[in-house]
Amino acid sequence: MDYERSDRGRSAKKLPTAIKLLVAGGFGVGKTTLVSAVSEIRPLRTEELLTDRSLGIDDVAGVEAKNTTTVAMDFGRISVGEDYVLYLFGTPGQERFWFMWDELSAGALGAVILADTRRLADCFPAVDYFERRGTPFIVAVNCFDGARQYEVDEVRLALGLPAPLPILLCDARRRESGKEVLITLVKHAMEVNGKRPASV
Amino acid sequence: MNFNDELPEESWLDDQAGPIVRPYVMTRGRTEPIRGDFDLISLIASIRPVGAKEVGLNPEHLAIVRLCQEPLSVAEVAAHLDLPAGTIRVLLGDLLDRGYVTVQDPQPEVDMRDRRMYEAVLDGLRAL
Ligand SMILES: Nc1nc2c(ncn2[C@@H]2O[C@H](COP(=O)(O)OP(=O)(O)OP(=O)(O)O)[C@@H](O)[C@H]2O)c(=O)[nH]1
Ligand SMILES: [Mg+2]
Repeated sequence: MDYERSDRGRSAKKLPTAIKLLVAGGFGVGKTTLVSAVSEIRPLRTEELLTDRSLGIDDVAGVEAKNTTTVAMDFGRISVGEDYVLYLFGTPGQERFWFMWDELSAGALGAVILADTRRLADCFPAVDYFERRGTPFIVAVNCFDGARQYEVDEVRLALGLPAPLPILLCDARRRESGKEVLITLVKHAMEVNGKRPASV
Repeated sequence: MNFNDELPEESWLDDQAGPIVRPYVMTRGRTEPIRGDFDLISLIASIRPVGAKEVGLNPEHLAIVRLCQEPLSVAEVAAHLDLPAGTIRVLLGDLLDRGYVTVQDPQPEVDMRDRRMYEAVLDGLRAL
């Protein structure tokens, strides 16, 4: 930790603490729609350069091969009181980016995995990833019009998720629905993180 | 005299050159900030305006200082200036080094167990 920098920061006005939440899921599942529905600002877009460290050693050059990929992310903001500000990142859905996700998910409080029941398998990579990483997550099933209304239990079974893990149906276009999704996530993160030993 | 008139902007702001050459020129080829370690959600706030005599800062530095009169995250600064987050980090490092901005780091992982934080966030969400 860089204390010198922190000291300089503390001398100025009090800033809120920023908290990162992720909205993951397959292509076109409604991530940006959900972010827009709850954000206090028009969703913005930023580009981040991600490094693929999984490629390992480059035999020819004898150095670590670092491939980089630029990904674009939509994000929104929700101020909660004076002390906290939530940033909600709609993360790129393509499966091929999953191995680069550590940089994005570092420090995230939790993740919403959006699922579309017509293409439920699209959210497998996200479920696998957050399970492995230990990031608290919930599944929100975006109920597109005309899609077959699965029961939550069927989705749970299909994704192989244990009972305590919240799964809920939502409409990503509606603010109230998005609110419910986020509240469910934060409650779940409180449970999961509260049980962790003090040293993370 | 208008500073902008002197810049050969057209030569590197056109569509073809834009995405790669422009950030490269802006950071003078640097890829790492000289100071600081900026998360996408690190909050940046300006401390003081840039003096007229300050040298070595480019228009994008000044734009950041203006933008961050209200605290903004690195991601927001990047989006508003339409530049990659990596470029913004380099520019922010310069500004931090010169004492123009302050940075508030995001919630550290150890505080993820802080119950009061969760209660405050839940209250805020319910009030939306
Ligand atoms: N009918 C219906 N349409 C929706 C719903 N949610 C999203 N859509 C539409 O589905 C399309 C894709 O939604 P996006 O929010 O862009 O999805 P995304 O996950 O951000 O997509 P990518 O970033 O491209 O992966 C858009 O045209 C939305 O308007 C929903 O709940 N019901
Ligand atoms: Mg999107």
